[in-house]
Formats: sequence, structure tokens, C-alpha cells
Amino acid sequence: MRMFSWRFFRLWQRNRDVFFRLWHSEGAGAIIEPVLVLLAFGMGMGALVGDVGDQKYIEFLAPGIIVAYAMFSATFECTYGSYFRMEHHYTFDAILATPLNVEDITAGEIFWGASRSFFTGCVILAIAAIFQLVHSPWALLIPLVAGLAGVMFGAIALFVTSIVPAIYTFNFYFTLVITPMFLLAGVFFPLTEFPEIVQKLTWIAPLTPVAHLSRGLFVGDFQWSMLMALGIIIAWAVVFFGITLVTLRRRLTT
Amino acid sequence: MAIIKTINLIKKFKELTAVDNISLEIEEGECFGLLGPNGAGKTSLIRMLTAVSPSSGGEIWIMGKDLKKHPREIKAILGVVPQTDNLDEDLTVIQNLRTFARYFAISQEIANQRSLEILHTMRLEEKRDAAIDELSGGMKRRLLIGRGMINDPKIVILDEPSVGLDPQARYMVWQRLRELKSQGVTQLLCTQNMEEAARLCDRVAIINQGRIIDIDTPQGLVNRYMSRQVWEIDLLSVEREKVVNELESRQIDYEEFSGIIHAFPKDDQATEGLPGTARAATLEDVFFKLTGRSLVE
Repeated sequence: MRMFSWRFFRLWQRNRDVFFRLWHSEGAGAIIEPVLVLLAFGMGMGALVGDVGDQKYIEFLAPGIIVAYAMFSATFECTYGSYFRMEHHYTFDAILATPLNVEDITAGEIFWGASRSFFTGCVILAIAAIFQLVHSPWALLIPLVAGLAGVMFGAIALFVTSIVPAIYTFNFYFTLVITPMFLLAGVFFPLTEFPEIVQKLTWIAPLTPVAHLSRGLFVGDFQWSMLMALGIIIAWAVVFFGITLVTLRRRLTT
Repeated sequence: MAIIKTINLIKKFKELTAVDNISLEIEEGECFGLLGPNGAGKTSLIRMLTAVSPSSGGEIWIMGKDLKKHPREIKAILGVVPQTDNLDEDLTVIQNLRTFARYFAISQEIANQRSLEILHTMRLEEKRDAAIDELSGGMKRRLLIGRGMINDPKIVILDEPSVGLDPQARYMVWQRLRELKSQGVTQLLCTQNMEEAARLCDRVAIINQGRIIDIDTPQGLVNRYMSRQVWEIDLLSVEREKVVNELESRQIDYEEFSGIIHAFPKDDQATEGLPGTARAATLEDVFFKLTGRSLVE
């Protein structure tokens, strides 16, 4: 494996510049949708649901929504975003003719995706605070969890991007992986509602440990399982980062 | 010492051998042309030389360094102008240049200064803050060439730089390339435009099916392969049989394609009394002679 370098930061900067040039269309959706979900499910449906444990439903929901949308941010950035740069604009081809190499592109894309997740995490947390849902100072760590989850989801998404034959193939990834995780990985309801065997199975989904960690920090209630969750996230991130280095190299340099 | 040297370079794609044992030496400061029909292996060769695509065999040495071991250092002194437009469509004209400068770790101040210089020489000053899709095809190509100069390269590698340009813009580009040469920048120019090769290149290599067929100065190639004149006969206006019989009885070599006969007389007298017109032999005649006239799909 070749050396990494700080040069990946140059691609990160490029993506940041584009984001700030187009922020009104890029950023607005990332804020409005989670707010709508909080309103519809948290307040609207939450009134019917009642409390979860000793929490109001919307307080239960908020930390899940933060990381779910962090997942979407990195995933969109490193699927459709990266794919367009790679296949339609030939941005990576142009960059490969400069001192940057495939490792820099991989790292630049993934860390940019993670930055989007971090940013999303900050914004939704701020919105939750405005809704007066945040009661523990530990919640301030949630954007960092969102950023770390962004590295993981960015790496997985870029892996998918490096192997898809066409842009339509992303439909499978979203329908079969992202949407089920969004609905079933403990964002909307506690996993304890499932039979024990299903509960264990849900931990296969990368979003489950993220939601678990976020929920614990949101109320400042620490459990050993949060440490395990952190380990799982890091493991996913490292594994997919490594695989993507190989698959993206194969895709870009044949 | 050669500034670019390849030794038995090979590129294979599954069944196809795109570059088949190419050994080249390009001298510092020269403009070296690569001529070849579609699929000859020009672009594959360039992609390997720019460290974008790995070779399947052989070596590449640039400025005395092994490209495999020092890709970053070598890419830092290369200016690459690709055949496909890969300008960054998410950024404006000036942002394209500045962002590219950043990839080369050029300081912001120098990057700004150089970007403005490039906009000036490429006559794109008015388009400074335009989006890429607002540019015409010619402007995009000028920007692409300008972008290749952002790092003040020692070697410029251009893949079909004037394709799709109108004559005015093409002359401007050629002028710019001549200026670069006078500054001592080595150029590797891949082209299908024979006039371009003849005008700009000190030496050209004609490649076909992944191999080098010959290397020489453009004039040297013409002298070695062609008679001084080419006699052209348009078959629409004359009877084919008669002309062919006449050429054969006079023992003049000829080729026939697309309704035109190109005859290669040994001297001016040989064509006396024949229909048609004489013209000077060009690099294009050599190109056809060495790579054939049939279409390559």
C-alpha cells in the first residue's frame, strides 16, 4: 500500500469550496427534512405514542434522527456526489494527473463525506436544542459521533461507488441497505420491542451502534455497551476504508 | 540525457495489447509528436507516462527518475492536457485554476498571480468568474491548456490539443506551444492533425497497433518515404482503366482510395500527359503509407 499524504486535504478543500458555492441547494435539504421528521413523528405521532421509558417520544427520537441524517449526508455525498465527479465530470481523472494519487482521492472523498455528517449533526442538534429537547451537556459530543459515523458511511458508500456498473445501481444500495437501516436500526423505536434474536441481528446494521451511542450521550447515561458500539463503528470504518482503497484504485487506474 | 525514456513499455487490457514494447527517448526541450490512427495506443501510452494507469511491463524514466517509485515528484513537474474535457464543472473558470494550483501545493499568492496570467495569455479574462458550462468549446480547450500550465511544468503532455478548435483558436494554441518550446519546455504532443505535427514537432513517432513504426523529423520522414511530388487524379473526371493502365505501363507506384488515385512519380517528367495535378508530398502521405488507409473501428 502506498503512502498517504496530507494532499488528500486538497480534494477536501475542493469539495468544501463547491459546497459553499452551492450551499443554498445542497444545505437546505439537509436541514429542512430532519426538522419535518421531528415535527411529524416527534410531535404529531409522538402525542399518540406517549412516553418511551421516562422520556417523551420526541426526546427519544431526536438523537436517532441526528445520526440517521448524518448517515444520509455522507452516503449521498459518497454515492451520487462521488459518482458524478468520477464518471460524468472526470474530476478524479484530472486530479490523478497532479501529485495527488488514488489514496488521496479516497481519503479526500470519505473525509469530506464525514465533514458533511458532522455539519448535519451540529445543525440538527442545534435545532433539537431550540425545541428544548437537549438536557445533558454530553449531547455536545454527538456531532463527533456523527462525524465518525460519517467516516464509516462515507467509506461504505465510496466502496459501493467504486463497484457500481451504472448510477441506477445505487437504487439497490438505498432500497436494500440504507432505508431498512433508517427504519429498523433503532432510530424510531427502541430495539427492545423486537424479539431477542432480532435485536441481536439488528447490530449487524452499521447504524445500530451509532444510534445507540448517540442516544446514550443525548441523556448522559453511560453504559459499557456504548464502548462496544464505538469499537464496532471504528472497525466498519477501517475495514471499508481499506477495501475501497483497492477497489477505487482498480476502477480509476485501469 | 533523455528527459523521458521508456524501455520495452507494455500495456495490456485482457485480450488487447494496446502498447506493445515501446522504447522511446525524448530529449529535453524538444517537441516530440506521437502520430497514429485511433486505437494505435497513443492515449494508453500517455496515461502510463502520466502515472494515471499502471504499465503491464517495461520501465518509464522521467528526468532520471523511475516513475513507479516517484510518481508524485514526477507528476509535480508535468503539465497534462487531456483529450477529454475534464474541467471542474462545479467551479468557476478562475476557481478551476486556483483549485488546480492547490493540488500542486502552489502558494495562494503565486496561484492567484499565475491564474491571472494564464487567463490573460489564453484570452479568457472576461470569463474569469463564468461557470464552465457558459464557455464555448474553444474556450474550454484554451482553459484546459492553460490549466496544464499552472505548475509551470518542465514537460507538457498534450493529447489532441487542437481538436475541435476553429482555425483562429488553433493558431493561438500553436503559437502558445511554440512559446513554451522557446522557454525550453519539453513537449509530448499526441495528434492526428498532420499539419500540427509538421509545424510544431522536432521529431515524430508514427505508431500503429501499439508499436512504433518509425521515428524521424517530419521532413526526414517525408524525404525517406515519399517522392518529392504526389500526383493526384480524381477518378470522377477520367476513365479509371485508362489511367491505371497508363500508370502501370510507366511503372509509377500508386494508391487508390475513395475515388482518388495518388501516384508517386520518381521525377517530374514521369507524369507528363497524365490527367491530374501535382502537389508536394506531406507528412499525411507518409502517415497513410505507414498506417494504411482502411478505417480503424
